[in-house]
Formats: sequence, C-alpha cells, structure tokens
Amino acid sequence: MKPQIYLDHAATTPMRREVHEAMEPYLLEHYGNPSSIYEIGRQARKALDASRDAVAEILGAEAREIVFTSGGSEADNLAIKGAALAQRGKGNHIITSAIEHHAVYDTCRYLEKYGYNVTFLPVSAEGMVDPGSVAAAIRPETILVSIMHANNEIGTIQPIAQIGNILREKSILFHTDAVQTVGHVPVDVGELGVDLLSLSGHKFYGPKGVGALYIKKGTKIEPLIHGGAQERQRRAGTENVAGIVGLATALRLAVDEMEETAARQRDLRDRLIEDVLTTVPHTRLNGHRTQRLPGNVSFCFEYIEGESLLLNLDMRGIAASSGSACTSGSLEPSHVLLALGLPHEIAHGSLRLTLGRDTTKEDIDTVIDVLPGIVQRLREMSPLYDASTIIR
Amino acid sequence: MYSDKVMDHFTHPRNVGEIPEADGVGTEGNPVCGDIMKLWIKVEDDRIVDCRFKTFGCGAAIATSSMITEMVIGKTLDEAKQISHRAVADALDGLPPAKMHCSNLAADALRKAIDDYLSKKKGAKVKHG
Repeated sequence: MKPQIYLDHAATTPMRREVHEAMEPYLLEHYGNPSSIYEIGRQARKALDASRDAVAEILGAEAREIVFTSGGSEADNLAIKGAALAQRGKGNHIITSAIEHHAVYDTCRYLEKYGYNVTFLPVSAEGMVDPGSVAAAIRPETILVSIMHANNEIGTIQPIAQIGNILREKSILFHTDAVQTVGHVPVDVGELGVDLLSLSGHKFYGPKGVGALYIKKGTKIEPLIHGGAQERQRRAGTENVAGIVGLATALRLAVDEMEETAARQRDLRDRLIEDVLTTVPHTRLNGHRTQRLPGNVSFCFEYIEGESLLLNLDMRGIAASSGSACTSGSLEPSHVLLALGLPHEIAHGSLRLTLGRDTTKEDIDTVIDVLPGIVQRLREMSPLYDASTIIR
Repeated sequence: MYSDKVMDHFTHPRNVGEIPEADGVGTEGNPVCGDIMKLWIKVEDDRIVDCRFKTFGCGAAIATSSMITEMVIGKTLDEAKQISHRAVADALDGLPPAKMHCSNLAADALRKAIDDYLSKKKGAKVKHG
C-alpha cells in the first residue's frame, strides 16, 4: 500500500515519469552494448556519451572526469579505497568526520585493518565540521580528506568550499559525499574545491542502482572492479545504459527546477520545525537551523523511542524514518546523533521527516496535526516520563 | 515484520499504567539500550489479581509488556514465575529474530516484581514476627 504522505525522500525518491520514459528505449529496442561497433551498440554509446556530458556540465566538470557506478555507496568506496590504494607509497593517514554515511565511515574503518590511520573529526552540537579542525589534523602522511557535503540524517550542510580552500595548496586529495546535495542545492566541483565527489541517481528522482564519481583529471585512483576498459579503465563492466540515461535525465530536471523546489521545501520545512517545536514540549531539532538541506527535518522527542513513533505514523499513512537502535539494525542508536553529543536515551527518540518535490502544505498540516498526539500517547506509556514532575 | 498479534498489542496495549498501591514492582532494561519496562502487580492469596505496565521502547517492547499482563492476571505466583521469554514471544505469534533479546524483557520484569512482593512480604513477617 502506498503511504498517503511520503516523508522519507532522503532514503529514496519516487522515479519521475519523464525519467522512466527516457530510460525505456534503452531497456528495450536500444539494447546494444556500448562497446560494440554496430548500429545498436553505437546508439547505446551515443546515449552514454550524452549522459556523461550532461552530468559533467551540471557539476562544472569535464566528461572524462565522470565515472558511472552502481550507486552512491560504490562511488564512496571507489573514492576512498581507490585513492588510498593509489597513494599508499605516499602516506597512510585519512581524515574524515564522525558523522559520515556508513559508505564512507565503514570504508575508513575497513582501511584501518590494512594499516591506514583514520582521524574521525568531531562535529559541533549542530553537526558542523570546523574547517580549522581539518587543518589541525593534517599530518605529513595525510593522503585523503573525506567530508560529506550534507548529512543524510540531520541535514547539516558542511563548509566544503572552506575546507577545499585549506586543502587547495596541499597535495592531499579531497573527497565529498554529495549524495544528499546533488540535485537539491547547487553543486559545482570547482567552487567546492574537491578532487572526488560522489552522487546517487535515486536521491533526485532517478533510478536506483546507478551513481557517479567525479574524479578530477590527474587524480590517481585504483579501480575496485577489474575486467574491462570501460569508464577509462576505472570501473570495469558493461555500462548500465538505461540507468545512466535515467540519472542524467533526472539530474537535468532536478537542476532546472531546483530554485523553485528548494524554496517551496524550505518554507514547508521551517513551518514544520517551528510548529512541532512549539506544540510538543521536550523536543529538540537535530542539525543546523539554517545551514541545512531544504527538505530535511530531524527531531528528538525525549522519553519515547523512535520505532514506536514510526509505527504509529505509518498507521496514519505517514512514512518517515528514525535513527533509533531498532531502526539502525544494531543495539546502538545512530552514530550521527551520538556525535552531536546527545545521550543514548534521547538519540533513541529521533524522527527524520524528509520532504520532496511533491510534498504539499496539506501533507505538512497533517503531520503537525497528528504528531503531538502520538508523542503524548507514547509518553504516557513511558516509565521515563512523569508529566507531574517534569517542569517545562 | 511484526505479526498481527504484535501489532494488535502495540496499537491497543492492555493494562497500561501504574497500580498506586502495588504489592510488587519490577523494572528491567536500560534507557541507554532503548528499552525499559516497569511492571506493577497486585497479589491476593498468592495469586496475581492485577498487573499493569509502562514501557519505553520499540513496538516489540510495548507488545511483550502488554502480552505478559494478559498472561499473568489470574495466575498463581508459582505459575507466573514459570513464564519464559519464549512463551511471551509465542503468545504473540513470534517476534523478529533481532527483537528476541533486546526487546523481550517482560518476563524478567515480571520475575523482579514477584521477587519484590516476596521480599516485602518476608520483611513484613519479620517485622510482625
């Protein structure tokens, strides 16, 4: 059953009809392998080249700097492992943040097993990385810095351009995981000063299973997947032509509509934040108040647990997510919320609502209408909550 | 991922609340882990006549708490003590594997409430003794 109100666009977005239409010929009649020399192969090659040109142009890059991957996670893995392996003669130190997506965080942890040293920079209570802390963490053996453009849970947008400036004169590679920002806020690789940038198609109304990594020319990267000369020897395997066409089509549409969509989402986001903070006591906003993704709202409700909240919202037709232990699949709540300095019991009570291009004022009104009652009902069941002794 | 029975108990939890003059109280779990249950019992002639709970936790935590209150009311203390984690999960038509340990604490909270009652009773006997 389709949720009546889908507020989990940071998890994935519904594919646009125009995107599906653009992809369909490459799933059916133009099925050729882009590496083949005959007509249907050449058709596929043409579509692939045009898509690469479009993505490159939007990011302010050159076509040969774009490598298509199976998604954001592969792009992050390729950036980090690929850069670390290519530079292992130069050094073994990597700088990242404590709030990275697991595709970066776990990849860095993995490299620690193979002799790399990783600095996980702390963040402010608003989830902001201090560019000065990046500068201070640099060592002679530092080879790579990886800081996400915007956080997927709390929406905080990082000062990437400032960090890029610090690193510009140094021979240290700079990667940013821009999976949450591409297609939502302006992203230009030159302005950000990055050497590597990851993106994912299904976060901006494109298909799942396709992403890209920008690799600045001259940057050495070891491939993760061997077995062919595709993607200029950086990613073997027959290209996902239909997926790549879908990604490029979706990105073009997202960028063309960005200003209007972002403005509308910001208005709805701010109203949702203000109304919930006013009507529900003992509630915190996670992330930065203004330096945040246009569609991201993240709260912690004290005295209750996130999964219970999600189940109740689901019963009202509202699809959302949480960083509680139960929803993270482990006993620990989200590492992002803990990195903000939140105590465990409060981190368990998190709720993320991420707005999309189809989110309406009525959707937000409904959430504002039902959420306080759900929170109150769960609190009344909670042994941690004693309304009579809590002074507001 | 949850059975209909879990969802039923989660949506309409039975016996939520406190018993003001309870004979025994038991708490199990830890807010740090994301699950904490508090159980109150009323005992007459070694039989549990009322049981209520408050729980901070996920769907499974709330459903197991609600389930055990239904299971114990009317049982003797000895019978109630025999209720296992598995029995609570089975009564709910099963729990997802990941929830079997972290969110299935109701049987422990119940045993603590019974122990609390027994130690109070013993203390009272000594006092009057």
